[in-house]
Amino acid sequence: MPDLATLPTRRDEAWRYADIDAAGRLGLDAINAWEEITLGAGETLRRCEVVGGDAPELLRLRLTLGEGARAELFVTNAGRDYTRVEVEVTLGKGAHFEFGGVTIGGGEAVREFVTTTVHAEPEATSNQTVRSVHWDTGTGNFLGEIKVVRHAQKTDAAQDFKGLLLEAGASANAVPQLEIFADDVKCAHGATVGQLDESARFYMAARGLDPQAAQRLLVQAFLGDAFVALEDEAEHARLLDAALDALGGADL
Amino acid sequence: MLRIDNLHAVVDGPGGTKPILKGLSLEVAAGEVHAIMGPNGAGKSTLANVLCGKPGYEITGGSVTFRGEDLLELDPHERAASGLFLGFQYPVEIPGVSNVQFLREALNSQRKYRGEEPLSGGEFLKLAKDKAALLKMDMDMLKRQVNVGFSGGEKKRAEMVQMGILDPAFAVLDETDSGLDIDALRVVGEGINSIMRAPEKAVLLITHYQRLLDVVKPDRVSVLADGRIIQTGGPDLALRLEEEGYDAVMADA
Repeated sequence: MPDLATLPTRRDEAWRYADIDAAGRLGLDAINAWEEITLGAGETLRRCEVVGGDAPELLRLRLTLGEGARAELFVTNAGRDYTRVEVEVTLGKGAHFEFGGVTIGGGEAVREFVTTTVHAEPEATSNQTVRSVHWDTGTGNFLGEIKVVRHAQKTDAAQDFKGLLLEAGASANAVPQLEIFADDVKCAHGATVGQLDESARFYMAARGLDPQAAQRLLVQAFLGDAFVALEDEAEHARLLDAALDALGGADL
Repeated sequence: MLRIDNLHAVVDGPGGTKPILKGLSLEVAAGEVHAIMGPNGAGKSTLANVLCGKPGYEITGGSVTFRGEDLLELDPHERAASGLFLGFQYPVEIPGVSNVQFLREALNSQRKYRGEEPLSGGEFLKLAKDKAALLKMDMDMLKRQVNVGFSGGEKKRAEMVQMGILDPAFAVLDETDSGLDIDALRVVGEGINSIMRAPEKAVLLITHYQRLLDVVKPDRVSVLADGRIIQTGGPDLALRLEEEGYDAVMADA
């Protein structure tokens, strides 16, 4: 994507659910700052991030994967102000991109993941799992675009989004976009938004768990899928704890 | 130990509220296994749910005293921590949470409420292993997600393992025998005996069938019909019900 000459607006597809005012506070230079990472053939990368604080935050990554390379990215997005993680990935032959993301929080803030995954060569695979948990009038977004070029046969791409809204007023948006020009590909996407399972909550209460502990356990279970592919146990715990600590701020 | 006095409760439904319990009175003393039998729709599950504080019911009259405390004043988790256990007719599946984590957090949450020290991971696992063995349940099952992929019988057996671990003073068992084959029924019945048969404990056993009562021999049997206890007697009452049916026994009541 070329640099933006002006600040984005909601008319730009990738900024449709963004907090444009907060993006304006970041400024054009910040918005045009991309971190570029290139993986050679067979190389692997795993990156785990906890993003978000009291001010708007933006992380933009541009990944280029050579043949058979593998990139794993796991992010807990727990900003208390607008926090956006944007990733562009271009996959070489047989390369794999694994993405697990969590947005969590209350207040009024928007937290979002925006990914563009380009299957530029045959036999590449990608798997993206995002879980969003929000309360107050907090928002979580996942905008995921998958592009499969004409000769990228045997592409296997998957996207899965689930939102959990703890209070009326919170929202979650999923925008999957598929642009497929090859004919022998698998592209799966799914999105659901729901509330905490009341029967599970009562079951937990009937066993003696107080409402906060029950909620934390159910949210932990809900988030699990986002980090199931993260094999580093210490990093797994760090990302999950950061998410559950944010839940501690939910006075429900 | 448990005293229910003239209890009235309604359930919230799509067409408004519907009265289910209509002046139910019942007393269960410590050391007693008290069976509740009754026709479908009599209010047996409602009684169990109301005792444990399930949302969706409204108490419109009467009182429940448990170990000298006003039970209805307590939240569901506080009732559990005070020693009340509900064995669910339909145990709930909780994907993503293992039995071990669920029960350890539940037990420690109860202990915290009672001002007791939490159990360590090792202490808890030993306890869980003992209770699983008592119900002839493989420890591997306890490492799996709560009730996920369990058969009907395995769920009921798991309920009893949970009861063993939490060690309540009073258990309300809602059709714990439904969905069990004959061998599992015996294992569960013996589990109930070994966990709950004690002078300081009591059980309210809701069932349709004599078979479980052959193993867990009740001290008292009450018939619940149309939201009230209409008859209470000894174990022979259950035998009479089995032989003659509810209509005949209720006609005499």
